[in-house]
Amino acid sequence: MTVDATRVRAVVLKEFRQYRRNKFILYTMVVMPIVFLFVPISTILGLSSSLPESAVRGAVGSVFLLMFIIPVVVPASIAAYSVIGEREQGTLEPVLTTPLSREEFVLGKALATLLPGALLSYAVFIVVMAVLRTAAHPNVVHALWQVPWFVAELLFAPLLAAWSTWVGTAISVRSSDVRVAQQLGTLASLPALGITSLMTFQVLKPTVVVALVVAAVLVIIDVGAWRVVSHLFDRERLITGTAASRSVP
Amino acid sequence: MVRDVTASATAVVANGDDEARGRVGDLVVDLESKDGDVDRWRPLVNSKPVWFVRRRIGFGVRPVSWQGWVVSVIALGIVVATLIGRGRSTSSTASIVVVVGLYLAVGYARSVRRTTSTVAESVQSIDDAVPRSARSPGETVARAVLANVTQRSLRETAQATGSPANAIDVTNLTKRFGERTAFLDVTFSVARGEVFGFLGPNGAGKTTTVRTLSTLIEPTSGQARIAGIALEPENGEAIRQKISVMTESPGLYAKLSVNENLEFFVGLYRLPNGAARIGDALEAVNLSARANDPCGSLSKGLRQRVGLARALLNDPEIIFLDEPTSGLDPVATREVSDLIVSLRSRGVTIFLTTHRLEEAERLCDRVAILNTTLRVVGRTDDLRQQLFSSSLEVVTSEPLLRPDDVFARVPAISSWRRDDAGHYVLETLSPKATAPAVARALVAANADIESLVESHHSLEDVYLQLIDQDAEVRP
Repeated sequence: MTVDATRVRAVVLKEFRQYRRNKFILYTMVVMPIVFLFVPISTILGLSSSLPESAVRGAVGSVFLLMFIIPVVVPASIAAYSVIGEREQGTLEPVLTTPLSREEFVLGKALATLLPGALLSYAVFIVVMAVLRTAAHPNVVHALWQVPWFVAELLFAPLLAAWSTWVGTAISVRSSDVRVAQQLGTLASLPALGITSLMTFQVLKPTVVVALVVAAVLVIIDVGAWRVVSHLFDRERLITGTAASRSVP
Repeated sequence: MVRDVTASATAVVANGDDEARGRVGDLVVDLESKDGDVDRWRPLVNSKPVWFVRRRIGFGVRPVSWQGWVVSVIALGIVVATLIGRGRSTSSTASIVVVVGLYLAVGYARSVRRTTSTVAESVQSIDDAVPRSARSPGETVARAVLANVTQRSLRETAQATGSPANAIDVTNLTKRFGERTAFLDVTFSVARGEVFGFLGPNGAGKTTTVRTLSTLIEPTSGQARIAGIALEPENGEAIRQKISVMTESPGLYAKLSVNENLEFFVGLYRLPNGAARIGDALEAVNLSARANDPCGSLSKGLRQRVGLARALLNDPEIIFLDEPTSGLDPVATREVSDLIVSLRSRGVTIFLTTHRLEEAERLCDRVAILNTTLRVVGRTDDLRQQLFSSSLEVVTSEPLLRPDDVFARVPAISSWRRDDAGHYVLETLSPKATAPAVARALVAANADIESLVESHHSLEDVYLQLIDQDAEVRP
């Protein structure tokens, strides 16, 4: 399997152009992060200064859980639309008659979905942390301003976005209805949060090593998911609705 | 080596001198020995371990290239390091040696195959440069010598160079979707530079055939070669690089401009000078002025033209056009027809599926009529002759009183029938030669002749005849 960067870049660029021209997609991307911008800030700023340390840690954990939900939720519905949307518009067949391989196609689609998801997560994270750093109680800031959380956010945001993207794309390549694909895509991508929740709920003590290990697990899952989605991508099924005996690469 | 052969062949073509001819002969003998090497290596090349190596560690890197040498040197370094460092890890060493050995062997065999294949191109270049009738004895010898070396492995050379005589070869191709048969046991060839019409009623399997040949879907059985490449799952990308497909619905991104749509496909084909190619393609379909318009704002005809421009971008060897004039007005239809003619003059092979029979008759060198099975393939004139006997049509102002007597006076008429009052169809082997005798016989019978013409059967008649036959056969 060889992946050509030029073709992948062409897919990504085309997707970005479509996002720019499609206000619905832009709103979908932006609304959710805005909600997640205000909820953690109001939660933390509303904490009493006399709260015990465990309660503060719990509240901080919930903030990061919200931060990790953004990269999961934002790409999910867009990824779920990615392939079946092309099929419904009638644009898929011409694309599949080019030398573009299925790996390149799904990778391009995935990158175009997960990059905005990850970048929006970073943006929200930076704003939330900056506001809380200046306005929150020092005890809370102490619990919040820990290196492991920064490492976790840096690594988990793209990896969770990638997972969500793969799940959405997998549903998209096998679904026959856009609405079902989008609903399923969002729901099916949530279980990935289970891994990161081990940190946010303090089941695993948030340390840099734990963050790196969890990130490594997510990398393995994401790479595996890319391969699985690539194999699920069946040109014949997508064009005719009938599965091929062997799939064409 | 190949440069030498080509240079010598060129000299023969230019001068026809014996020395150059002898030089070609020597080089050919040398190449033949290498071709023998290919035969020896072929079982190895096709063996499962080599397939595995090629697929899994990537055989885009060849030992004959610098990347290949780097890989080989690194692998050998590992072997040496293993031998020095551990001494007893013979199994890992052996496996690396086997992999490297297979790698080098396959690379060598492939390079030899490529070499002999290029000779086939030389033959082709002689054919292209000098028509058979105008060929000098020297040129004939050069061609014969060159052709001889490649004849034995013509299939392999065609596969390697992508320069076979036929652009498309289809043999016993069948596609089934479960219980439903889309097309059955289809066999035909399309020559390079030919405009090939693919006709048939709705549901006959035309679009499925195009999808199969363009690697979108896989045949259930049978073989095909597209642009000289076998229609196999592993060759999908290579085939798609050499073809383009214009689907019935152009499938454009409505919110992107014409330019942006084409830029996307320039990227997918990895084409250099993208802007220039887009400019040329838009100019070819007379759409340069609308380059920045969103595709969603274009009429159906204009969108169809954008689809055509997209199909031209990669300068394909074969273009599959699926109903290219569907929904177009007469002017736009004429423009598409002109474009097809100009593509043919550039040597592009065109596989045209259409319901417009007059269009097919006008544009296509040959046509095939499909109705799940392939009913006929051939030039329209030949098909007419196959399906219809030649005849004369006579119209008189009043019905003849005794037509039997009138037509019996003309021995060349084998049979006749009356289609309408005063309208007679006379079967004859030679309508032109028989017409004067018929006229005389009619005048002798005091008939007023309104017209006396040779019957003309259009492609539509051929088509309807065949499809009607199918309808009678199938309940």
